[in-house]
Amino acid sequence: MNTKSKTFRSNLVTFGLVLAFYAVMEAMLKGGMLSSLMKGLLVPLCYYMILAVSLNLVVGISGELSLGHAGFMCVGAFVSAVFARTLGANLPSMVELIVAVIIGAVFAAIFGFLIGIPVLRLRGDYLAIVTLAFGEIIKNVINAVYLGVDSNGLHVSLKDVKSLGLEDGGEVIIKGAQGIGSLPRNSTFTFGIILLLITLFIVINLINSRQGRAIMSIRDNRIAAESVGLSVSKYKLTAFVISAALAGVAGVLYSHNLANLQATSKNFGYNQSIMILVFVVLGGIGNIRGSLIAAVVLTILPEKLRFLSDYRMLIYAIVLIVMMIINSAPKVVEYRKVMAEKYFKKDKKNADGGEA
Amino acid sequence: MSSFLSYLISGISLGSVYAIIALGYTMVYGIAKMLNFAHGDIIMVGAYIAFIVFTNMGLPPVVAILASVAGCTILGVLIERIAYKPLRGASSLSVLITAIGVSYFLQNSALLLFGADSKTFTSLVNIPSVTIMNGEVIISGVTIVSIAASIIVIVLLTLFINKTKAGQAMLAVSEDTGAATLMGIDVNKTIALTFAIGSALAGVAGVLLCSTYPVLSSQTGAMPGIKAFTAAVFGGIGSIPGAMIGGMVMGVVENLSKAYISSQLSDAIVFALLIIILLVKPTGLMGKKVQEKV
Repeated sequence: MNTKSKTFRSNLVTFGLVLAFYAVMEAMLKGGMLSSLMKGLLVPLCYYMILAVSLNLVVGISGELSLGHAGFMCVGAFVSAVFARTLGANLPSMVELIVAVIIGAVFAAIFGFLIGIPVLRLRGDYLAIVTLAFGEIIKNVINAVYLGVDSNGLHVSLKDVKSLGLEDGGEVIIKGAQGIGSLPRNSTFTFGIILLLITLFIVINLINSRQGRAIMSIRDNRIAAESVGLSVSKYKLTAFVISAALAGVAGVLYSHNLANLQATSKNFGYNQSIMILVFVVLGGIGNIRGSLIAAVVLTILPEKLRFLSDYRMLIYAIVLIVMMIINSAPKVVEYRKVMAEKYFKKDKKNADGGEA
Repeated sequence: MSSFLSYLISGISLGSVYAIIALGYTMVYGIAKMLNFAHGDIIMVGAYIAFIVFTNMGLPPVVAILASVAGCTILGVLIERIAYKPLRGASSLSVLITAIGVSYFLQNSALLLFGADSKTFTSLVNIPSVTIMNGEVIISGVTIVSIAASIIVIVLLTLFINKTKAGQAMLAVSEDTGAATLMGIDVNKTIALTFAIGSALAGVAGVLLCSTYPVLSSQTGAMPGIKAFTAAVFGGIGSIPGAMIGGMVMGVVENLSKAYISSQLSDAIVFALLIIILLVKPTGLMGKKVQEKV
C-alpha cells in the first residue's frame, strides 16, 4: 500500500511541476516579462518535452536504444502538414489542430509498428543503427517527394513538379526538398502543455500498469520474463508503437508552429534523435521527471549561451562530456558514494528510500 | 556498358574509403565495445591537417599525409584517455553520449578554428589517370590510390593482428576482457593501441575522402562516418573482413543508385539495404552468432 501511494504522490509531483511551469510561463507572458526569444521557445519546449518523455519509454522503460526518434516526429509533422493544407484547410483552427494530432499520431504509430516488427528482433547496438537508418530513410524520401492535389485527388512523384501531371488549378503541396509552405501556424503554448499532460498521463499510466511491469521485467531479464510466459515481442512492440505515436504528436506540434516545413538534417536527421537521447540520458534513464527537466534546461541553455556566439556549442559539448563523466564514471560514482556516507550519515535512511 | 564500368570503379573507390573508416569503427567496437561516434570527426580533423600542411604550408604531399596520420593518432589516443577511459565499466549508453559530446566538440572546434565557409581541398594525389577499354573508361589517380591503400591497409592489419604479440593481445581482449587481464595483458594499453590504429586509419581516410570529394568543412566527416559505421554493421561489427566487404558494397550501391535511380534517394537505398541485410542476418554478413546462456 505504502509503495502505491508513494508512486501516486511522485506522479502528482510530476504533473504539478508541469502545471507550475505552465503557470509561471503564462504569468510571465501576460506580465510581458518574456523576451521574444523565450516566447519563441515556448512551443518548442513542449514538443521537446513530449519527445524526451516518449523516447524515455523506449530507452528507459523498454531498455532499447533507439536513434530514429526524429524519424517518427518527421512522419507526424509531414502527415499533419499535408492534412492542414488539404482536408483541414477549411476547418476551424482548433478542430483542425485536434484532428491533425490524431492523424499524426496514427500515422507515426503505423510507421512504428512497421519498423518495430522486424527491428525488435535485433538487440542493442544493432537496433540502434537500424533505427538510425530508418530515420535517415524517412528524411531522404520526404526530401525527394513531390505531392500535388487537384480535382482527381492526390498526385505523387519522385521526380519534379511537372511529372505530377496536375490539372489547371491543381495545387502543389510538397515541393521536394523545399517542403511544405503556407502552414496555419496555429499551435499555442497552452495546446502544447495539454498535449504534454496527455503524454505524461499515457506514459505514467503505462509504466504503472500490468503491461508496464511486463515491459520492465523484459528489460531487466528477458529470459526470465519469457519463461514466465510473457510475450517479449508483443510488449516491446507496445512500448515502441506508443512511443512512436507520441513522437508523431510532437511532430504535429512542430509543423503547426512553422510557416514552412522542410526535412533537413538539422530538424529530422540523426542529430535531432541524438539530441532527444541526450535529454533522456542526462535526465536519468527511466526517470520521466528527469527527462522533462533535462529537456527544458538543455533547450534553454544553448539559447541563453547565445552571447558566447561561436563558443556556445563548444561549451555545450564540454558540458555534455563533463556531465557524463561526473554522472557515470565508476570512479567518480564511488567517490561520491564515499563522500555522501561521510557527510550525510544521519540521513542515510532517508536517502535509501528517496529515489524517484 | 562503359559508363556502368566507370560508375562501378568509382563506387569501389568510394567503398575503399568507407572500408578504411569502417575498419576503425569495427576495431574499436570489437575491443572497447563502444560506438565511437566521434570517429567521423577525426577524419575531418585529419583532412584539415593535410590541408594546412599541403596547401597553406606548401610542403610535399607525403609530409601532409604523414602529418595527418600522426595528428589523428595523437588525437585518437588523447580522446580515449580524457573522455572514454574514465567511463570504462559505465553503461554503454553513457559512453555513447560521451562519444557524441566528443563529436560535437571536434566539429565546433573546427568551426571556430577554420570558419564556417568550406575550403576547397586540393587533391594530394598527383598520379596520372589511366585509360582502359580504348579510352572509354578513365580511372583517376585518386581511385587507384584509394583502392591500393585499402588493400594495403587490410593486409597489414591482418598480419599485425595474427602475427604480432600486440595483435594477439587485441584479439584476446576482444574475446574476453576479464580472462585477458588474468593472462597478464595490459587491457588499457591494448585499448589505447586500438584507438591509435583506428584513428591513424581515419587520417588516411580523411586525405583520400577529400582528394575524391574536394569540399572540406566541419561537417565533412559526419555523413561518411555514419555511412562507414553502417558499413561496419552491415559486414558484422567486430569483423575485419566484414568491414572491408561492407564498405565496398556500400560504396558500390551508393554510386550505382546515384547513377541509375535517383541521386536524392541514394542514401535511403543504402540504409534500406542495411535494414534488409540485418533482418536476414541479424549480426551482419560476417558477424559471429552469439550463443545465449540461460
